[in-house]
Amino acid sequence: MQLKSDLPQGTLDLLILKVIALGPVHGYAIAQRLEQVSRHVVQVPQGSLYPALHRLENRGLLAADWKETETGREAKFYRLTAKGRGQLEAETASWERLTGAVALILKLAEGGAE
Amino acid sequence: MNWWQRLLRRNKMEEQLEKEMRFHLEEHANELVAGGASFAEAQRRARMALGGPEQVKEECRDARGTRWVEDFWQDLRYAMRMLRQRPGFAAVAVLTLALGVGASTVMFTVVNGVLLRPLPYPQPNRLVAVHGHTETWNTKLYGEQNVAYPDFLDCRRESRSLSIAGSIFNDGTVSGSGDPEHVEFQEISSNLFDVLGVHLAQGRVFLTEDDRPGAAPVAILGHSFWQRHFSGSADALGASVTLDGKLYTVVGITPAGFRLRDTEPDLMTPLGQDTAKFLQSRGPHPVGVVARLNPGATLTQARQELSLIGRQLAEQFKDTNANRTFKAEQLQPRVGDVGSTLWLLLGAVGLVLLIACTNVASLLLARAVSRERELAVRAALGAGRGRLVRQCLTESALLGLFGGTVGVGLAALGFQPFVAFWPGTLPRAEEVQLDWRVLLFSLGVSLASGILFGLAPALRAPAGELEQVLRAGGRSVLGSSRRLHSAFVISELALAVVLLVAAGMLGRTLLRLTSLDPGVNIRNVLVSRMSLSPGVLGDPGRIRAAWQDVLERAQRVPGVQSVAIVDTFPMREGNNTLGYWPTADVPPEKERPLSLATSVSPEYFHVMGIPLRQGRFFSEQDRMGGEPVGVIDDVLAQQAFGGGQNAVGKRLWVPDMGYGPFVVVGVVGHVRHWGLAGDDQAQIRAQFYYPFAQLPDKYVRRWSELMSIAVRTEIAPLSEVESLRRELRGAAGDQVLYEVHTMEQLASDSLALQRFLLLLFGIFASLALVLACIGIYGVLAYLTGQRVPEIGIRIALGARPGSVIWLVLRQSLGMILIGTAVGTAAALAAGRVLHRLVEGIQPTEFSTFALTIPVLAMAALFASFLPARRASRVDPVVALRQD
Repeated sequence: MQLKSDLPQGTLDLLILKVIALGPVHGYAIAQRLEQVSRHVVQVPQGSLYPALHRLENRGLLAADWKETETGREAKFYRLTAKGRGQLEAETASWERLTGAVALILKLAEGGAE
Repeated sequence: MNWWQRLLRRNKMEEQLEKEMRFHLEEHANELVAGGASFAEAQRRARMALGGPEQVKEECRDARGTRWVEDFWQDLRYAMRMLRQRPGFAAVAVLTLALGVGASTVMFTVVNGVLLRPLPYPQPNRLVAVHGHTETWNTKLYGEQNVAYPDFLDCRRESRSLSIAGSIFNDGTVSGSGDPEHVEFQEISSNLFDVLGVHLAQGRVFLTEDDRPGAAPVAILGHSFWQRHFSGSADALGASVTLDGKLYTVVGITPAGFRLRDTEPDLMTPLGQDTAKFLQSRGPHPVGVVARLNPGATLTQARQELSLIGRQLAEQFKDTNANRTFKAEQLQPRVGDVGSTLWLLLGAVGLVLLIACTNVASLLLARAVSRERELAVRAALGAGRGRLVRQCLTESALLGLFGGTVGVGLAALGFQPFVAFWPGTLPRAEEVQLDWRVLLFSLGVSLASGILFGLAPALRAPAGELEQVLRAGGRSVLGSSRRLHSAFVISELALAVVLLVAAGMLGRTLLRLTSLDPGVNIRNVLVSRMSLSPGVLGDPGRIRAAWQDVLERAQRVPGVQSVAIVDTFPMREGNNTLGYWPTADVPPEKERPLSLATSVSPEYFHVMGIPLRQGRFFSEQDRMGGEPVGVIDDVLAQQAFGGGQNAVGKRLWVPDMGYGPFVVVGVVGHVRHWGLAGDDQAQIRAQFYYPFAQLPDKYVRRWSELMSIAVRTEIAPLSEVESLRRELRGAAGDQVLYEVHTMEQLASDSLALQRFLLLLFGIFASLALVLACIGIYGVLAYLTGQRVPEIGIRIALGARPGSVIWLVLRQSLGMILIGTAVGTAAALAAGRVLHRLVEGIQPTEFSTFALTIPVLAMAALFASFLPARRASRVDPVVALRQD
């Protein structure tokens, strides 16, 4: 069994929004992309992807259309709404603030141990 | 998609969800196949990665936020199925609730129409009633003061914050084709309809030009009068109507249902055209004033303004307006003291509803106990407790709704007869109808009764110890549920006791009141208002002669024994109260004792059969120019002179009469003027009679307008009405008898409210009795049913039927004892409320309880005897094999 850490609470939404921000994309593609970027680092359970997508859609952060894929199959493509884009920016900023602060604290702690 | 779309397009949502999942799985599987996996292996791994498609779907459904509605819908369908499975139970519960909700809805419909609905004008909260006000005026006794016509005109001209309109009541005779008819009309200022915000159904309102002396006589017809006289034809506009001998041109017709000062006028005429003397002076105060706040103005501003105008007028006209001011209040419908009766009935009906609900609650509880096992199974399969409670509540709320719907149906049929049956006329009866307020009330009541009384059973939904319940097999009766059942029965019995005792009190009161002596001989007496020919009203001498003529003509009618005229007669609305004093040093108005003053012709005492105690009645010799004389009753004699024996020959000062003093020539028996029920508690009981023949000229016309004739007959009084009408029609054929009654009717009507309340409380009490018996029967049948195996063992061990019956009855006897004890205490409190609200009722007596409680106890015992006997016939073999 691989040793992967769980995704911190609330970051799944952020990751999903970020992936979708690159352009309309269907659920399976999101799952693949998340797996690629996060391979060996964090565990993204595919099962919680769809409920998260539906929740974001109901909150109006995402919109969805049924379109054909390159292989000619019909799939549900998600895209960001204006509201979703705003949310992504806000969450990215707050994430950076948080990680910056955490990194600072960790560095301080090391300094203290020296 | 918004929430509603997600809810309503549930199927489409499901379809898309399914499609999305399938796409994901297939894409993943395809990729795995491309990577070299076998088809079956690829599918398995794709499913594994997703983590179970059904679970994912369920989580997606939760994300929609419409879950609770869907659950609710599921509960609803389940509840429907449960009710359909047990139609007998459902029918009993729905009918019981329907009776309770139906009765409460009828009462609330009436309360709503009479007391709660706003006045039927646009923006009624901007309408204001303006009254005259002086420090010495006793508003409690006489009601609010109206306003003098010149004062009204001044207020209307000066006020900036109010648009002011006025009207006065009047009555007269409409003649022309057909029989002359007595009508009630109102003289109104031309702006009245604008102030009220009412548009006429046809024609036009009065113009300012109509509203002054000498303008062409015009009239607006009331809708009912128009229907009666013109059968609703538009030809009425421009036609003419003869009112008191004067021709009026009809210019408008009010809309149906129009009310002015809580009555529907037959006709309206312009107030400004009336040149009567009492309208020129600031002394009399006949004008009822209604006003609308101008845009932006407040009631406080209006009050300040009116009191300022009042002060100015008081300075300017010291004789008439000193200390007089004006006050404004929001215009309210006048309904008199009917409110307390209505609230009383609503309270009584509330008790019936409570009993009905308790019944349903105990039915539900019995069912909940027998469904314990089913609920335990469902809990064991993973249903949360909250979910189970919610489902039980859905079921009882559904019962409540069904009951409520049937109840509202019953109420829709029931409230019209109720209004029609109301003693006398119910004020604002036309406003009594089912409206949104009533529907909201019934919906609230039925949901509340469903949910509240489903709560106890629902909370029994299993929490822990599932295996115990499952093992017990739904056969054990837990102590808590038995106690709850007993509590239900006890409260039902207690409520029934309250209603029974109330009905008993009313019954006894009615018996007592009916046997009272009214002070007059009510057999074979006819009384009727009468208006003289308008032609004679101009001259006091001719008026006196006309009344003399009426008396002589009536006397000649075959079957008439004696006849008299009188201004106010007993047991009917209307009276004249005046202050009196037994010596010449009369104190100021406020300190004088009050007496009813009645103007009569000499025969009056014979007609009414009022007994003479001392001295003499009036005679034909008591006339103008002679010494003013009076006859007083026992009560006045006692109050003024310390008894009848000292009174004759004494003198009585009555300053408001404007002449006197009066020499007391006779003392007569007290008459129950205020009706059989009301007289004992009346504020003014003393009675003073004076001869109409001695009335000064200036009063004769006004008094004539109030006169009635009273006739003692040898045959049934009502059979004389037609011959009297014919005989008294007068030379011009325009004298009318109206409001014809027999004294027997009036005496009976004076008890109508008590009789009506007795009837209703009788109905409520019987309902309560029946419901309580059904309740006690149901509970005992259920409890006994649960004990069948135990009883079987007892019988197998040799218990005799008698002792088994006793075993069951003992249980119910306990409940009956506690129920009646609690009920007695509550009934004592309720009796005090009744005593305050209903005239003539006696405080609760022991005998009332002694008469009513055994009835209830017997009925309850009988109801419990049936299950007891069934228990005694249990076959032990069958009982022990059960389950």
